[in-house]
Amino acid sequence: MTTHHEKKRLENPPETIKFKIQRREKEGAPQYWETFAIPYRRNMNVISALMEIRKNPVTTDGKQTTPPVWDMSCLEQVCGICTMVIDGRVRQSCSALIDDILVASGGDTVTLQPMSKFPNVRDLKVDRQPMFEHLKKVHAWIDLDGTYNLGPGPHIPNEVAQVRYAYSRCMTCGCCLEACPQYHGDNYIGPQAIAQARLFNMHPIGKITEEDRLNGLMDGDGITNCGNAQNCVQVCPMSIPLTQAIYETNRDITLNALLGWLKK
Amino acid sequence: MATGLKIAIVGGGLAGLAAAMKIAEAGHEVDLISVVPVKRSHSVCAQGGINGAVNTKGEGDSPAKHLDDTVYGGDFLANQPPVKRMCDMAPEIIYLFDRMGVPFSRTKEGLLDFRRFGGTMHHRTAFSGASTGQQLLYALDEQVRKWEVAGKVNKYEGWEMLSLVLDDHQVCRGLVAMNLQSLELKVFKADSVIMATGGPGLIFGKSTNSMTCTGSANSACYQQGARYANGEFIQVHPTSIPGEDKLRLMSESARGEGGRVWVPKADGDTRNPKDIPESERWYFLEEKYPAYGNLVTRDIATREIFQVCLEGHGVAGQNQVYLDLTHIPAEVLTERLGAILEIYEMFVGDDPRYVPMRIFPGVHYSMGGLWVDFEQRTNIPGLFAAGECDYSIHGANRLGANSLVSCVYGGFTAAPSAIEYAQNVERGNTETNGIHDNELRRQQETNDSIVHSTGSENQYKLHEELGKVMTDNVTVVRYNDRLQATDDKIRELQERFKRISINDSNLWATQAIPHARQLANMLALARVITLGALNRNESRGAHYKPDFPERNDAEWLKTTIAEYAAEAPVFSYEPVDISLVEPRKRDYKGKAAH
Repeated sequence: MTTHHEKKRLENPPETIKFKIQRREKEGAPQYWETFAIPYRRNMNVISALMEIRKNPVTTDGKQTTPPVWDMSCLEQVCGICTMVIDGRVRQSCSALIDDILVASGGDTVTLQPMSKFPNVRDLKVDRQPMFEHLKKVHAWIDLDGTYNLGPGPHIPNEVAQVRYAYSRCMTCGCCLEACPQYHGDNYIGPQAIAQARLFNMHPIGKITEEDRLNGLMDGDGITNCGNAQNCVQVCPMSIPLTQAIYETNRDITLNALLGWLKK
Repeated sequence: MATGLKIAIVGGGLAGLAAAMKIAEAGHEVDLISVVPVKRSHSVCAQGGINGAVNTKGEGDSPAKHLDDTVYGGDFLANQPPVKRMCDMAPEIIYLFDRMGVPFSRTKEGLLDFRRFGGTMHHRTAFSGASTGQQLLYALDEQVRKWEVAGKVNKYEGWEMLSLVLDDHQVCRGLVAMNLQSLELKVFKADSVIMATGGPGLIFGKSTNSMTCTGSANSACYQQGARYANGEFIQVHPTSIPGEDKLRLMSESARGEGGRVWVPKADGDTRNPKDIPESERWYFLEEKYPAYGNLVTRDIATREIFQVCLEGHGVAGQNQVYLDLTHIPAEVLTERLGAILEIYEMFVGDDPRYVPMRIFPGVHYSMGGLWVDFEQRTNIPGLFAAGECDYSIHGANRLGANSLVSCVYGGFTAAPSAIEYAQNVERGNTETNGIHDNELRRQQETNDSIVHSTGSENQYKLHEELGKVMTDNVTVVRYNDRLQATDDKIRELQERFKRISINDSNLWATQAIPHARQLANMLALARVITLGALNRNESRGAHYKPDFPERNDAEWLKTTIAEYAAEAPVFSYEPVDISLVEPRKRDYKGKAAH
């Protein structure tokens, strides 16, 4: 019994592959394109191609240029740092295999661009600090009395733990914000932070301070800005149920407002 | 409540964040310096789980047994008192993470679930799917963010430590770090400094480590006088997925959940693995180690896999063996191992729920690191270390799922030590006598000399050569002539390093200067690893010499200590504290220890 799909391999791989890279010297400087060609090797990913280019950066026009700059760390799609736009689609460059890309495009050129919704530091490198600021705003932590030994935590059904686990895999990569038609910097907090609020509100201890998180989502840049385009779930590399988080959090905000009104 | 004390922490992985949280909670101020946003630290890569003898499975587990498994698995090279303290603290560490909201997998009753890992007969490993390191790191990241909002923690993300600031008496008074965008150098004055910078896997070129794991900051401390201990003990993980850019980890939890390692009995058998009947498969770990089977310790599993392939029995005659999970129901695998199976499928293309994985050993972890005493103090007053970057817990071989607990233990122990030191240290005139500015100037000169260096050497090619020679000669099997040749090669690379010219004329956010500085530091540390291995004429844990195949307690039950000197590292040795568990021969072939 094999229900899994067989991975498509390039049957007649080109001898060289081209990388068309959108570059920028520093934030505010104009963007420009440069193209590099390197020999094809089996099992290459975008990162190993960039490492090869970095060693001796010469464009296809024969021009010696500066090495492209990009971020990378874990290379296992778990740290989120190497996210960029590859052939028009936002994703992690470590898990972007050249064979897959060329099978999908049918060509011999891979296009690399930085994410467009964050300050562009240089070349393919962006600054995603706004996402960490969002986590502050939604109070994305459990409030403990202290870190000294107070014994075990509460009993929790495994089903709840598994749902929370799905949310807890968010690596703050920013794919959801890049793909969201509503998100343009500071106008909307976006699905990442909403899902993290949901993660903590589902925990028995986190639930106690639920209001702190919901309040962070009720400002002008809050949850009501979601236009329900549902792009976020489609690009999330961790398959986090982002639209579900938005729906459930919206419901909790309404309930909370109603209860608050009744209490008056 | 401001106490006026300032403690700098270098590294924002599990150990660094654990220390930051404790120091902030005690009311003191922390400067947290990290090359990447701390949430992206290498701790995210830990997969299988965290050990603690919580004993909820009716197996009679205890911290004493955890201690015994750990020092036995480490081939008795670890000082035992800190290991005991870690094992005693482990259950409450797990409880704390539970309270912080880590979505640990749970039992029917809603309790924490535990699975088995290598080198023990007990279910001692709490886990959150198969991305436990990611989940634990995020929990600490969240708690530290709370302290950041409260103004106790100042994060400097995207800064790399270059050197310590030492006064005339070799007392640590802070550090110098570089902003990785602007290349601005900055002095961080501190009453004490905690190193929590992880491992040095990039010295071996390709490893399971993140690209930030250069060991560079640790090496800088060593070159400024910090002792480096047991550097020759490098763990090669038995199961990794070879790749063009790195070796991706395939967690030991795959075997903890029942995964079986095998090769076809007939060499060069090219049949689809599913078509090879049981009777024609060689489950060599189960055959040789009946009690522990596939969960024998990592050093042993690695050597067995390596040897099987060396003798030509690898799958399709290549350097690969099967790691087979296909006998386990797919839905069970998805819940308990989903994250790592996704990694395999993503990078190899086969779904391990239906097709046996092909794996091979890869450099994974450094048991060695900065020398510390039982309170995580290095030999430099005011300098502390915790996590993989210190040497203290794992001896000659680390047990799976002991790394996460040792990181948190190290951070929780270093924090009160660093506070106590900071409260009592005499500052004298060190604030005003110019030592900080002098060190800043020295580091700026190093940067300038790299910028202006012109020659024909390419820094990335030098790094590749270093990685290759280290992987070939200083990993699973070691021979003295090849170790000597490796040291010669490293010295040649150090000479050639003087003739590199960086190939980036745009210094804004350049990777060339940071990489060049890391490379110089990697070369220095590579000598410590290689010469430590050359000197140690025995086999113990991960260190294996066919010419000296036995452990030799009479001559070598001692800690290697390297101290920097311009010509070559100076080696000395100190006795191991074996006051709690008497050393005995390691034998995983016979009956289990408990």
